[in-house]
Amino acid sequence: MAAIIEKESLIGKAIPKMDAPGKVSGHTRYIHDLNLPGQLIGRILRTDRVHARIISIDTKEAEALPGVHAVITAKDVPNKPLGVTKDNPPLKGDKVRCERDEIAAVAAETEALAEQALSLIKVEYEELPALFDPRQALLENAPVIQESKPDNISMEFDYSHGDVEQGEAESDVVIEDLFKLHYVTHCCMGASGVIADFDSTSGNLTLYSNTQVPFLHKREFASVLNMDPNRIRIIQPPIGGGFGSKLDIYPFEPIAVFLAQKARRPVKLTFSREEEFLASPTRQPAYLRLRSGVTKEGVLTFRTLDSLLDNGAYTSWGATIPFVMMQTFSSLYRVPHCLYHTTTVYTNNPYAGSFRGYGNLQATFCVEAHMDKLAEAVGIDPLRFRLKNAQQAGETSGQGMHFKSCGFKECLTTAAARSDYAIKREQNLKAQGDDNAVKKGIGMASMLHVGGGAKIYPSDGCGTILKMDDFGHVTLMTGASEIGQGSETVLSQLVCEELGLPLSAVTVVNNDTDITPWDVGVHASRTTFIAGNSAIGAARLAREKILNAAAGTTAMPADQLSLRGGCIVIDESGEAVITLDKLLRSLHFQERAELVTTSFYYEPPSVHQDKAFKGDVSASYAWATQVVEIEVDTLTGVVTLNRCTAAHDVGRVLNKLGIEGQVEGGIVMGQGYALTEDLLIDEGHCQNPNFRDYKLITAPEIPEIDLSFIETMDGEGPQGAKGIGEAPAICMAAAIANALYNATGVRIYEAPFSPEKVYRALKGCSQPLEW
Amino acid sequence: MSLTHEIKFTLNGSPVSLTIPLTMSVLTMLRDLLNLTGTKYGCGEGECGACTILIDGVSVNACLKFAVDCDGRTLTTVEGLVADSRNDPLRTAFAEKGGVQCGFCTPGMVMQARHILDNYPRANESQIKRGIEGNLCRCTGYKKIIETIASVGELDNKG
Repeated sequence: MAAIIEKESLIGKAIPKMDAPGKVSGHTRYIHDLNLPGQLIGRILRTDRVHARIISIDTKEAEALPGVHAVITAKDVPNKPLGVTKDNPPLKGDKVRCERDEIAAVAAETEALAEQALSLIKVEYEELPALFDPRQALLENAPVIQESKPDNISMEFDYSHGDVEQGEAESDVVIEDLFKLHYVTHCCMGASGVIADFDSTSGNLTLYSNTQVPFLHKREFASVLNMDPNRIRIIQPPIGGGFGSKLDIYPFEPIAVFLAQKARRPVKLTFSREEEFLASPTRQPAYLRLRSGVTKEGVLTFRTLDSLLDNGAYTSWGATIPFVMMQTFSSLYRVPHCLYHTTTVYTNNPYAGSFRGYGNLQATFCVEAHMDKLAEAVGIDPLRFRLKNAQQAGETSGQGMHFKSCGFKECLTTAAARSDYAIKREQNLKAQGDDNAVKKGIGMASMLHVGGGAKIYPSDGCGTILKMDDFGHVTLMTGASEIGQGSETVLSQLVCEELGLPLSAVTVVNNDTDITPWDVGVHASRTTFIAGNSAIGAARLAREKILNAAAGTTAMPADQLSLRGGCIVIDESGEAVITLDKLLRSLHFQERAELVTTSFYYEPPSVHQDKAFKGDVSASYAWATQVVEIEVDTLTGVVTLNRCTAAHDVGRVLNKLGIEGQVEGGIVMGQGYALTEDLLIDEGHCQNPNFRDYKLITAPEIPEIDLSFIETMDGEGPQGAKGIGEAPAICMAAAIANALYNATGVRIYEAPFSPEKVYRALKGCSQPLEW
Repeated sequence: MSLTHEIKFTLNGSPVSLTIPLTMSVLTMLRDLLNLTGTKYGCGEGECGACTILIDGVSVNACLKFAVDCDGRTLTTVEGLVADSRNDPLRTAFAEKGGVQCGFCTPGMVMQARHILDNYPRANESQIKRGIEGNLCRCTGYKKIIETIASVGELDNKG
């Protein structure tokens, strides 16, 4: 009698990461662990100035050092500028504009020799007046940083819907505040690195790269290197953390290629931790002035936001965060009138890249402070005020974002209920006046972020190739990169769901542009959604082929068959008809049914924003509310985060273990942004390029975390899921600021909330914010 | 040329004899001379714990220790972390309980966890937190790492 196989699903279960066993045993080889035969070590000479003309660079002694195979400066290489606005030549020949600037590079047989060679390079400068304060960048006599941009403006963004003057006229209360956000940096545990392997005979370049965007990277490399993109192959070894830092091409990458081309040997270039702090991107610092209005009934009337971003010396993705920031101002709550402006100005400071949340931490910090302030001004409790103005399913925001599924209100009520928000808030308010030096505070903040990709590029798609061998094993070739977030495992789960296979039957190939289909990259919390839908598409094609073939051999109609437990079964009874591997082997060398290979390309049903930044840019949107509970020691200004209650609209949980890990990690990253992390830049120089003085959160400091996942079963999402990679980091600074106010009656407008800043604020002697 | 010194020690159960420069760190010796790349460089100055190994059963930052000081000692790296010739239960638990994301801090985290449980088999949550204070992780928020270590400790097993 044939076996009966029950339907089993991996969706929603706690599935360990497929790449975890190799990582716990030390077997996984990151870029730092790889060495190619004949490989040389590359090192970059960076300037110690922040704004200076280069008079001369003397590399003679370095070149003469035995064991040194290549020394390059700007004059030796094509040096086409890279970056978002192509303002950043890999090697600087005319002048240097910030501390990290690359002047020369060497490739030598050992690290010590490379370092020695760098020390032999002599550079003569003529100092130029420098510009450090973005607020002075637009003054008439301000130093010019980029000659092609004499006004020092790198980018400007304007957005509006409605009429803010009308909104203001309809308001009973109007408030305006200035906020300031600081520099922080990604601190990936695996520092940046690349290995360039150039074959001068064929002209083929193989790059071992940590990039998060291999296909866009390939295109940009071709442009910067003046190469045929067909000659470039990018292989991504496992990546020791991304968080957005590897979304742009940075000078060290073409420099490694130039060195390899000159030396005719592979060149490995990895960063020291200090170099990682100095020469990898930061989160975008900002001044933001927000003006908001409300009626006495508690209905939001308008928002006007003017912001100034410090672009630093070159333009990377940080300058483009207004794309995301404006969504929070325009669309997190229903705002009938919204006016938004950002100016991004050049300075001689470090430059910012993309960083998990992409401007949304900054925007949410302002919006959620105002939600609390407006609620208080009209005498409505903060939760009810938010619920009254929250978006809901079916609405289209003023910016054209259509919320097909929306669990925002459920996030608000769930997080509030699970944290006893209302009761604790009242208790804390009452305790403000008592003589206890340690005050308790509770605060909430919510967020909206893209959860179904973001149509920024011509395509927001991802391709999948699925191959099944004659043992019933699946090879899933996806364009999506694994950067630790667990995409391999989630994509495999989705494929297993369609093909009725255990996870062990899947191998993922996701790290080689010569093999994998195209993908736009790991960013915008898009991988589960976009690559997931792509993987499902390919798996459904495979399923169809398999069932059709099975119908041929079993004389049963394909629509009455199904795949379970590695077998073809009768769908209704679960009775096994034939094992999958046996069926696949029977397809060997048949004319029409080769072993099953399918490919599928998924493009989400979102649209590009128009020139006014309007349009439904994502196929789905993620929502969250986080409530934090803190203690403030009023004698020291020390803030302790005790608890975080988070409710996230995730569409559907695919991998419980993975999603919990993403959200917990994001919460702690947001905690660091709010409380301890501060990249100190003094006159263009980083003062704390190390883990001793740049304070990441450590294990004893983490809060108790309570997670709720609101499953709205998004109609477009893979098995109903939305993207959540960035969401959990976004609310924390905003929520902690609101909790500080609840604890002490003092509001802080500038992050991080260091003991000094909090203490000063409590004593009424904060340094006033000006812009 | 720098001065060199000959040292003998036990590494993951096998005897090793090496001539090394006096200024070389244990981390460089492991990674560059012995090709054991499981031990990671995270900062090179003892602040992140990615290079944590055991020397005579005590956890140390391999980046801060001179290789010459290994003479006559017993070193265990993540590659050698086996119990009864089987996978150490800590390694398995890290993989199965979500203690790993990008994985770069993981080898150091696993070694520090071994140190904690070897010395405090009944370590409670706050002892575990304190015990991994010197190991930075940017991905997980530590929660699942703490739970992982607790699950292997005797406290959890017994109740």
